[in-house]
Amino acid sequence: MAFISSGYNPEKPMEDRITDIGPRKFDEFYPPVIAKNKGKWLYHEYLQPGVLVHVAESGDEVYTVRCGGARLMSTSHIREICEIADKHCGGHVRWTTRNNIEFMVDNKSKVQPLLDDLAGRKFKGGSFKFPVGGTGAGVSNIVHTQGWIHCHTPATDASGPVKAVMDEVFADFQSHRMPAHVRVSLACCLNMCGAVHCSDIAILGYHRKPPMLDHEYLDKMCEIPLAIAACPTAAIKPAKVEINGQKLNSVAVNNERCMFCGNCYTMCPSMPLADTEGDGIVIMAGGKVSNRISAPKFSKVVVAFIPNEAPRWPRTSATIKQIIEAYANDARKYERLGEWAERIGWERFFEKCELDFTHHLIDDFRDPAYYTWRQTSQFKF
Amino acid sequence: MAKHETPMLDQLESGPWPSFVSDLKQEAEKRAKNAAGVEFQIPQDAVEDLLGVLELSYKHGRTHWKHGGIVGVFGYGGGVIGRYCDQPQMFPGVAHFHTLRINQPGGKFYTTKYLRELCDLWDFRGSGITNMHGSTGDIIFLGTTTPQLEEIFYELTHKYNQDLGGSGSNLRTPADCIGQARCEYACYDTQALCYDLTNEYQDELHRPAFPYKFKFKFDGCPNCCVASIARSDLSFIGTWKDDIKIDQAAVQAYIGGEIAPNAGAHSGRDWGKFDIQKEVINLCPTGCMAMDGKTLKINNRECTRCMHCINVMPRALHIGDERGVSILAGAKAPILDGAQMGTLIVPFIEVEPPYTKIKEEVIEPIWDWWMEEGKNRERLGELMKRQGLQKLIEVLGVDPDPRMVQEPRSNPYIFWKEDEVPGGWDRDINEFRKYHQR
Repeated sequence: MAFISSGYNPEKPMEDRITDIGPRKFDEFYPPVIAKNKGKWLYHEYLQPGVLVHVAESGDEVYTVRCGGARLMSTSHIREICEIADKHCGGHVRWTTRNNIEFMVDNKSKVQPLLDDLAGRKFKGGSFKFPVGGTGAGVSNIVHTQGWIHCHTPATDASGPVKAVMDEVFADFQSHRMPAHVRVSLACCLNMCGAVHCSDIAILGYHRKPPMLDHEYLDKMCEIPLAIAACPTAAIKPAKVEINGQKLNSVAVNNERCMFCGNCYTMCPSMPLADTEGDGIVIMAGGKVSNRISAPKFSKVVVAFIPNEAPRWPRTSATIKQIIEAYANDARKYERLGEWAERIGWERFFEKCELDFTHHLIDDFRDPAYYTWRQTSQFKF
Repeated sequence: MAKHETPMLDQLESGPWPSFVSDLKQEAEKRAKNAAGVEFQIPQDAVEDLLGVLELSYKHGRTHWKHGGIVGVFGYGGGVIGRYCDQPQMFPGVAHFHTLRINQPGGKFYTTKYLRELCDLWDFRGSGITNMHGSTGDIIFLGTTTPQLEEIFYELTHKYNQDLGGSGSNLRTPADCIGQARCEYACYDTQALCYDLTNEYQDELHRPAFPYKFKFKFDGCPNCCVASIARSDLSFIGTWKDDIKIDQAAVQAYIGGEIAPNAGAHSGRDWGKFDIQKEVINLCPTGCMAMDGKTLKINNRECTRCMHCINVMPRALHIGDERGVSILAGAKAPILDGAQMGTLIVPFIEVEPPYTKIKEEVIEPIWDWWMEEGKNRERLGELMKRQGLQKLIEVLGVDPDPRMVQEPRSNPYIFWKEDEVPGGWDRDINEFRKYHQR
């Protein structure tokens, strides 16, 4: 493994340095049919789950085959995507915001051979490499974060629960039987690198134990005032501690005031929260980002905690399946999950989803909490 | 033979959904065989060790990645995330395993030529493992060592005309929806605006000078496919001012059942015959639609452009022609004080290159205010909450508009300014007492 230089000279880092050039320009990568008809599309249609046609003013058509992808992706897999795109799509491919892969062809006759090719590709372990779906009134791919594969603050894994949940709802990735589209998202901690707080169903990693204090190293590793300032509930204060006869500057945590956000750990590595029993999953439901019919909504906490059941998170995926089935059975056409819950009332939501309502689900965090309590005599028995 | 036993991860290979474990294993095998004769610049068994450390996390129910480390490329303060394993003796292949964020092209369109170039670079100088894509939108190169960072940056910029994305307290890599490239709903060219602003603000993107992260996202229409309204400090949502265009013959075709409603999105179930009254007119949030005999009428002045009718009948209804964006400010995830949705601050602005008004009258005044007043790690939305929407309106120098609020305040605790009250606040108590005994 001999070091091979790129040409970079560490002695003279500024020599020939190129900076601030930004991304590659989007239109370098457009397939010809896209470049030609940009801004002149007339309408689209789903021909079957996972297959779209867009028709342009010129009469040109572009057929898109959408495939689910694990966003964690090897170069082997990307090279296989390239091979497919070369074979069927003139060397063009794109990804969606929800980690789906889209293969586009400019003629209907090219669709079936592409579908056949994709259907035949499986990983050694047996799973599909390119399941077609993720369109219309179905369950699309889960957007998610890193989890245990690469992050330092997660309270759950990301890729594992996503795989488990998508296996559970796979039939609905490939069908259009939902009342409206269902967007599921996962964030492995409260930092939420993604928009899980406005998803039909959000899977959120959460800690339940206050930080441990690594007093011996805390003052060396952290800026104590920053750690204190990081706490949204003012639960952290400066403290002097004695370790092995040595007086050290450190912090003290008022555990009663901690709501386990982990913001202190973000600022100070000597305050880890992660814990096998403490960590797990919160399920939130009823959010959306679209302005369609009703305004965008935040997801609401509907299950306060499910333990991390690696490797397949059975209770998490079963709970999600349960919510999706109740919604599919009861909601009206076009009604998003949150709109359904609001129409039938949250008391009915818990009944129909067969979920327990516990004290954890009543908001008690600051002023906005008050606005979530019921202030009317209207309710359902 | 795998380097580490992974009995728990192995259980994630079954089931229909693409298995990331199977993919990691195929990459580990590819690196072990090295049929392509790559002169790996980081440990050949990095992916084996990645599987190993992940298995250990599955066993422990805890991550084994340390808190970051300050690594990067010269002159940039973002784009690289330092990552070290907390069990480096057990998993030396991933002891140092840094992330690079590569600024994705707009709309996430690629040629296979370019993707292969990236793959070649990443097989050679990194782990061969990526995210396509990270939540913010970047291509994520997952796992390399410190000495490779400058080498990768040099190759990206010199050979591939490609820059890094943002991380830390700076402008994060802006992201867009597919927009006009392949969507008839797009009210502006999301990719052009995204690309222009990304290039205009390269300094802000690469050199952290902000109180905290700052995100731009570009949605072509109010359907918000990139979720800008929920997760960007400045959310650009396409909209129009004039009338929805109606093709009455196509409306009749929907009514007659010749065209499937909602573009066929409900094909998996028998919802009965399409009923325009029930499915479109009655669901219109403003009640601004009606059938007048065989003609669909829309009172466009009352329309709030929610997209429902257009989504249901895309062949009959089309967005208007007087197009632009609405700009909403301050969305963010819950850390710290709870999640915030974007607040409408600019109801309508035209989107024409070189976008001078958007830059000089919206983005830059907001940044000046936030950089002056924002506390360490305070997002724009939190500053807005702390100082009030009035303050932001003042910063923008625009007139208050009822479109900016859901409803007027229900308390009368108005912070009147002295110059708003005739005579000001300096008064003579003795003069007052002449008329009002103590």
